[in-house]
Amino acid sequence: MAWLASLLDTLLATLQDVFPIAAVIFGFQLFVLRRPIPNLRRTLFGFFYVLLGLSLFLQGLEQALFPLGRLMATQLTHPEFLADETTGLLSATHWAEYYWVYIFAFAIGFSTTVAEPSLIAVAIKANQVSGGAIGVWGLRIAVAIGVAVGISLGTWRIVTGYPLHYFIITGYVFVMFQTFYAPRIIVPLAYDSGGVTTSTVTVPLVAALGLGLAESVPGRSPLLDGFGLIAFASLCPIISVMAYAQISEYRAKRNGRKKV
Amino acid sequence: MWRSILAFGKSLLDSLRDLAPIILVIAFFQLVVLQQPIPNLAGLLGGTLLVTLGLTFFIYGLNMGLFPIGESMAQAFSEKGSVFWLLLFAFTLGFSTTIAEPALIAVAEEASEVAAEGGIIEASEQAMHDYATGLRLTVAFSVGLAIVIGVLRILKGWPIHYLIIGGYASITVMTAFAPRSIIGIAYDSGGVTTSTITVPLVTALGVGLASSIQGRNPMIDGFGLIAFASLTPMIFVMGYGMII
Repeated sequence: MAWLASLLDTLLATLQDVFPIAAVIFGFQLFVLRRPIPNLRRTLFGFFYVLLGLSLFLQGLEQALFPLGRLMATQLTHPEFLADETTGLLSATHWAEYYWVYIFAFAIGFSTTVAEPSLIAVAIKANQVSGGAIGVWGLRIAVAIGVAVGISLGTWRIVTGYPLHYFIITGYVFVMFQTFYAPRIIVPLAYDSGGVTTSTVTVPLVAALGLGLAESVPGRSPLLDGFGLIAFASLCPIISVMAYAQISEYRAKRNGRKKV
Repeated sequence: MWRSILAFGKSLLDSLRDLAPIILVIAFFQLVVLQQPIPNLAGLLGGTLLVTLGLTFFIYGLNMGLFPIGESMAQAFSEKGSVFWLLLFAFTLGFSTTIAEPALIAVAEEASEVAAEGGIIEASEQAMHDYATGLRLTVAFSVGLAIVIGVLRILKGWPIHYLIIGGYASITVMTAFAPRSIIGIAYDSGGVTTSTITVPLVTALGVGLASSIQGRNPMIDGFGLIAFASLTPMIFVMGYGMII
């Protein structure tokens, strides 16, 4: 019964999120555009499915995957796990001792991005608009690799304590150079993919990892160093999506030359 | 009837495939690396079932409700031909979806704690609440503005990279002047603003606009709204930190 009550809570919370959006859409449709909504019944059903789907999704995550993921993030960053097995002392003065954390960051970044609903939505749309030239899976895998690399870099930064903005600004310079060499068609989509990746699934798990890590690494403060993982996770996919397009273009060119 | 059940079953399988990597990663780390049993296996399986069902329904509703309405509204606005109302719609959509975003509420609260600890504001409940509310309003305003700029870009056909690179340049310059404690939060705030419902809607709006205006390519001009929505919050949050 407690399960049903919490599902109802999630449904209400989701309804609260959807309400302003629905109000804006229907308000403008009725008062500014002054025309009936095409396929009203279908649209309302669509909204209902989105609402129901998102609630079930969040409820399931909250019930099953988040507690375990959070627990794991704290366990992996716990001094006891990191301590040297032979001496039992925390010898984690060297950043390489945290290797399980980086591997976990990579794996969890990749797998949560593949399941991210808003990325699926953008990939479907990009596939439709490009007439199939951009594959749904290709885009999703490219973004997921970007997030995975970004989050592992971010955890490494928390461990070493280098300032965040050095990394981010270097990333920006990289993006700028890539923009001029990447195929023009991919650039807006690549910029978009930065913002898309970090929502429902990724943010809660990644935030737990960052805070746990900043708490257990000596000399880091969770308030000052715990942030920044999401910034990495929204920057690196831009680079990886453009790289994906560049590699596909390069291969297409090479194949084309062979044929001629 | 049978066909729709079959289609539903197929999308369920698709969702399960999307979720398989997370389950594998968590199982591997729990059993092999941490070497602990999985607590509450039944609850885990039940939760996974809910997640799978939820993702299936979400994608179903996306194609039925969110995508069509975003595109039909974009088309209706371009037929109406009033730039003012279109921009007002863009702003309201950005502002209203961001102000209620739970991830943003959480980040704003954490930011007020950082500010209180750093002695930027008083460590009282009232001061922290005001700071968090101000931050939320700032971010919501910046997202509204971002969608307006993005829509204007589609109308005018400006190339996106000049605007984005300009944004990067201003972030870089502002980083040098903003208080150290706000930088991490500002950089993160770009990623948290765009929610799961906003993204499909805004994408459909952009693509719909670009396809209904002559001379615009939906691929080159239609995408990019979300890029602006994740860029402006960084600038505005740093600005907020500099003013307060």
